[in-house]
Amino acid sequence: MTKNAFPRGAAIAGVYEHPSRFSPNKTEFQIMAESAKGALDDAGLQRTDVDGLFGASMSMGMMGIVDLAEYLDLYPDYLDGTNIGGSSFVAHVTHAAAAVNAGLCQVALVLYGSTAASNSMAIGTGGTGGSRNPDAAFSAPYGMTTVGSYATYANLHMATYGTTSEQLAEIAVTMRQHAGLNPLAKMRNPITVDDVLQSRMISRPLHLLDCCIISDGGGAVVVTSLERARDLAKPPVQLLGCGEAVQHQGVGYSDILTIAAKQSGARAFEMAGVKHSDIDLAMIYDSFTITVLATLENLGFCPSGEGGNFVSNGGISLGGTLPVNPDGGGLSSNHPGMRGIFLVIEAVKQLRQECDARQVPNAELALAHGTGGTIGDKHSGATLILGVDR
Amino acid sequence: MSAIEHPLPFASWESRGFWEGAGRGELVLQRCQTCGLVQHRPRGVCAHCLDGSTLVHFAASGLGKIYSFTVTEQNQAKGFAEACPYVMAYVDLDEGPRMLTVVVDCDPDNVAIGAQVTVDYVSQTRDDAEMFAIPVFRLS
Repeated sequence: MTKNAFPRGAAIAGVYEHPSRFSPNKTEFQIMAESAKGALDDAGLQRTDVDGLFGASMSMGMMGIVDLAEYLDLYPDYLDGTNIGGSSFVAHVTHAAAAVNAGLCQVALVLYGSTAASNSMAIGTGGTGGSRNPDAAFSAPYGMTTVGSYATYANLHMATYGTTSEQLAEIAVTMRQHAGLNPLAKMRNPITVDDVLQSRMISRPLHLLDCCIISDGGGAVVVTSLERARDLAKPPVQLLGCGEAVQHQGVGYSDILTIAAKQSGARAFEMAGVKHSDIDLAMIYDSFTITVLATLENLGFCPSGEGGNFVSNGGISLGGTLPVNPDGGGLSSNHPGMRGIFLVIEAVKQLRQECDARQVPNAELALAHGTGGTIGDKHSGATLILGVDR
Repeated sequence: MSAIEHPLPFASWESRGFWEGAGRGELVLQRCQTCGLVQHRPRGVCAHCLDGSTLVHFAASGLGKIYSFTVTEQNQAKGFAEACPYVMAYVDLDEGPRMLTVVVDCDPDNVAIGAQVTVDYVSQTRDDAEMFAIPVFRLS
């Protein structure tokens, strides 16, 4: 059955998505603290039960996790401030499960908070400026932007496989449809493929509506043992498989169409012992429309080059072949810069059948994949396969 | 639309061979004489041998072809905002490795994946009046 049974025995006992999309009067740590309260209440646990602290944000640097412990007046036995970009929180769940399984902590709290929107951050088009980092000296002089890097991927994919802008636009349209069913989503008015194609070009071939929104926000996830989770307030969501990977320019020879998801996804599926057709929904980091297409192909939901067809005609809508991001994703619900935690939160809520109008009926198995950094250049990937307790 | 004002690259001792080469009008790469690897971006060691004792710098041909590219229409960074649209590209150099660059003096509609390109150098003046050069590419 399962070649590697590592994550069995760990579960997600509580989650909370901060409802705010614009919080000019809050700090990152405040959003994290409010999210911590939400997730602990959800699990039926107290602040003092937390003995493992995990977290990352766009401003937490060296000692950031210690600053966070101080803010919350926590004295945990286990600390993990891993920051591999937007996928960090997906990886934190894996790391927390490992720590719980090893007996290094019992109740792990994973936190994220951001005020990207109220700080007017230009996440995608801010460029890299004149960085003093020696490695950035080879990208900053050439005007690399986050969206520009994804655009090089999209162009190569189009030239290699004939993928079209219309197909990418279908992804944005589906995410907006889903957002219309999510009362918390920031952008809820329906859009069409033409709306996407006629929106301002940012970096060819990616238009404004191919890009995620920028919001404030945050969230929290509580990881504990399956045994303990069974005695808590909500039905446990089990970890069945996980994987992490990086992809980068190497020494100048990498195939940029192969992204980290290929490695992390294969490992997660092998560990979980499930097939792609078993997955009821997928939470895919959608920084840009092309990110979803690239991730679905690299995770193996369809062959390379088939992503355009896979996402068209409602293929990733609720009721489609594989519902993706029922919450509306980063393209329409929220994107405070590092979206990974929301992938986990929505997957858990779906598996607990709590999602009302956007609920995937009888969802029992979910995949979450976070991407951190930039596809087309260097990035991380983290995959989780989660299931209901049975 | 105006020409890009390239930010000053920060050259460490590991990368100074590349930037000093650009100042002489040479596209400088590194080759490991132990394993034969030609690597870019430059490092103080061969990434595969983890040893720099047989690493040498050499002037590449400056020829290559476009691996992928984007026409950047929005970049708020200083030096680029006024230069939009500009073509940012990955170029596969004839010597093997790929480098990020810009393709200059072209109609963006004429740029295509697989197109042959040739290196050129753009001089910029630093705050302290020193000149430095940035390798860029033109359609061949």
